[in-house]
Amino acid sequence: MDLDGAALTVTAGRRSSATLLLAALPITFIGVLFLYPVATIVWTGLAPDGRLDLSPVLRVVSDPAILRVVWFTVWQATVSTVLTLLLGLPAAYVVARLDFPGRKLLRAAVTVPFVLPTVVVASAFLSLLGPRSPLNDLAVRIAGEGAPQLSLHHTVWAILLAHVFFNYAVVVRTVGGLWAHLDPRTEEAAQVLGAGRVRTFLEVTLPALRPAISAAAAIVFLFTFTSFGVVLILGGPRLATIEVEIHRFTAQLLDLPTASALALVQLLFVVGALVVYGRLQRRGPSRQRLRSAADVARPPRGARQRAFLAANLIVMLVLLALPLAVLVERSLATGSGYGLDLYRTLGESRRASILAVSPWEAVRNSVVFGTVATVVAVTVGGAAAWVVTRSRGVAARLLDGVLMLPLGISAVTVGFGFLISLDRPPLDLRASPLLVPLAQAVVATPFVVRILVPVLGAVDERLREAAAVMGARPRQVWREIDLPIVGRALLVAAGFAFAISVGEFGATVFIARANLPTLPIAIFRLLGQPGAVNFGQAMAMSTILMVLTATVITAIERVRVGTVGEF
Amino acid sequence: MLSVRDLTVRFGDTVAVADVDLDVGAGEVVCVLGPSGCGKSTLLRTIAGLERPAAGEVVLDGRDLAGVRPDQRGLGMMFQDGALFPHRDVAGNVAFGLRMRGWPRADLGRRVAEVLELVGLPGLGDRNVATLSGGEQQRVALARAIAPEPRLLMLDEPLGSLDRGLRDRLIGELRELFARLGSTVLYVTHDQDEALALADRVVVMRAGEVVQVAAPDLLWRRPATAFVARFLGQRNLVAAHVRDGRATTVLGDVPSTRDDVAGAAEVLFLPDALRLAGDGHAGRVVSRRFAGDHVVVTVELDDGPTLDVACWGGGAPVVGEDVHLAVDPTATWVVPAG
Repeated sequence: MDLDGAALTVTAGRRSSATLLLAALPITFIGVLFLYPVATIVWTGLAPDGRLDLSPVLRVVSDPAILRVVWFTVWQATVSTVLTLLLGLPAAYVVARLDFPGRKLLRAAVTVPFVLPTVVVASAFLSLLGPRSPLNDLAVRIAGEGAPQLSLHHTVWAILLAHVFFNYAVVVRTVGGLWAHLDPRTEEAAQVLGAGRVRTFLEVTLPALRPAISAAAAIVFLFTFTSFGVVLILGGPRLATIEVEIHRFTAQLLDLPTASALALVQLLFVVGALVVYGRLQRRGPSRQRLRSAADVARPPRGARQRAFLAANLIVMLVLLALPLAVLVERSLATGSGYGLDLYRTLGESRRASILAVSPWEAVRNSVVFGTVATVVAVTVGGAAAWVVTRSRGVAARLLDGVLMLPLGISAVTVGFGFLISLDRPPLDLRASPLLVPLAQAVVATPFVVRILVPVLGAVDERLREAAAVMGARPRQVWREIDLPIVGRALLVAAGFAFAISVGEFGATVFIARANLPTLPIAIFRLLGQPGAVNFGQAMAMSTILMVLTATVITAIERVRVGTVGEF
Repeated sequence: MLSVRDLTVRFGDTVAVADVDLDVGAGEVVCVLGPSGCGKSTLLRTIAGLERPAAGEVVLDGRDLAGVRPDQRGLGMMFQDGALFPHRDVAGNVAFGLRMRGWPRADLGRRVAEVLELVGLPGLGDRNVATLSGGEQQRVALARAIAPEPRLLMLDEPLGSLDRGLRDRLIGELRELFARLGSTVLYVTHDQDEALALADRVVVMRAGEVVQVAAPDLLWRRPATAFVARFLGQRNLVAAHVRDGRATTVLGDVPSTRDDVAGAAEVLFLPDALRLAGDGHAGRVVSRRFAGDHVVVTVELDDGPTLDVACWGGGAPVVGEDVHLAVDPTATWVVPAG
């Protein structure tokens, strides 16, 4: 009965003070560690010397070199989005509607690139398309020393391909997820009514999918617009996005006012994009008959469908698997053959190395920082998700939105904000070992919230009511009903938070101390150095990071039940 | 035992339950019957403490329940569609209320087995609830509700989602069970067959208000309003005009014993008031429906109204046949127009 929806239950009223207390945690967290740093960026950008002075901003927006950067940022994001949609939509159909051996595995495998750390992706494409590509070795072996050499790194192609690699899963999962649940009987009805296959697709399927497609496009645009690690490593000195420029002005030129002005420009773009995204989302939630995925997928029928499936599998193989395979291959290449030589050298602290510590210590740092960040993110995100699902007020929705901001506004903003705001009293965290985990937690928390909210929201209120009527006190209701149902989702959220924290680069690169590098930072530094050993070690460490992340994600896939925790 | 006085529940501007009075005596089975959205579920949820009333009181065994949390009321409730806990097996669901009420751990297994036996699911304790059929799930929900032996057992559309055959069977089982346990039951449904078959008394609700409270046979023969008559499935209502204790219809005059009805009204002709005869009111059969042991023919009278007549035994007329209707004016009941 719809009247029940508006009901204020007796127990809910009692709970409100506890909810308020619980809400204080995420509000404080996001306020101190995100809003305050962002406010500092804005303030530093608008008033570098403590009073309002628009000249740095005006200088930035009128500088042709920076305008070129802005233009390039928008351009590459647009092209990346279009390319990702073109390749991802057919794959979404394949995953949603075709049943074939290994379909589940494929679904999981497609997700792996999305959760891989940017540094790993950049390393993989560097290994495939850069001067040390095995393709070049092959060419030399075939055609001799004068053979043409492939080197796409430092070109826009490497960036675009890496972006497609990264975001393919966004399209496949978002669109495919909806596609798998669309009731095929609406399509059958259209066909019975006389629509051909193309008309059916255009007039029935596509409109039904539009919310998912536009959501996926918006997310991909946002991610590629704020792409940092990939562009920093693959773009070389000439190709830079706004984020890379922020890093350059901060780390190389030590020009914080200009960096802040750039960050301000970036913020405006991103907030604009988020507003558009929000509008699209609000228009979108059409109530469709959804079915469980199991009865929708059919084995491919006819030569055409089989060819279509094969073509998609080849795209996935070349686009997704090949770069990672080459990455692993390069990490095992010893010059004369294959072996674990490179991995063995990781324990040594070489004097000539750019790193202050041995690479293995970077692995340890990553795991320790990642664990702390996971605990923080799950605690804060769990409290937030609880508050968001249990209260219906404007405040709860606002909290939900604000918690998503770090995801949209980019890790670089988080890191840069930490750098310029948490370096003086009352919050001087420069020397604190918590600085890096806290930044990683800020980046990971939105994911935790997104995973938990649907599950917490999906716990049928009547189950809680049934428990209450049978004598369960409010706290018992939480322990007996919510916790067991949400437990798995908590595990999934923790795994995700860990994977993200371990691979976090954009924020960490601004604040990691030289003697406490994480894996991605160490890889980045090694890639910046000349020499085959540095390159090889970077490949080996990228492989370790990839395996670490992929293991966690695979474990999550096993814990996940049905579509619980999908986003 | 349960006494509800002047209960009003509001959701914003909507009044879901308006000034409802309701009494349930110990050991009595009371059914609240009404179309969906009439407030019957809200009434139940308010008694359970899941909704807060805007006015009025709920008194159980002499104790005013205002401000008492649902878990402190000691009631049993079976939810629409069961609301079984998906993360617990059958036994885990049934034992839940027992654990919450502090039953000793050692007694749980015995009681769970006992109750499962009672609802016809012996030995299914370790099954996952998701693997059960709809009917089995309802039985588990029932077992879960009755296991702690609540003072008052409330059921909210317990058979709502089941198909007809299964529902008929479960109605019979429920009646037997209620009688055996001597439970005090408050049962909400939109299905008149369920209500009439199960209840000692039926409370008919419409738009948040109680329209009539009566035993099933009285409700059937003496509905308070035309709405009640139609909701119970009565088909033969004919417009009438009431004056001086007589109701005048195109089928002749019938006695009116109600003081509260005058002027425009309707007369309910109970099924046994009408039969096909050699002479009487002339009409023509416009449709014919086979109902197992009898045939229902719809007769359009030359004088206007269309009436359903049951024909027992063989020889029911076919569509298009001219027939005559004999009327027994004593098997009638006058209701206000509407």
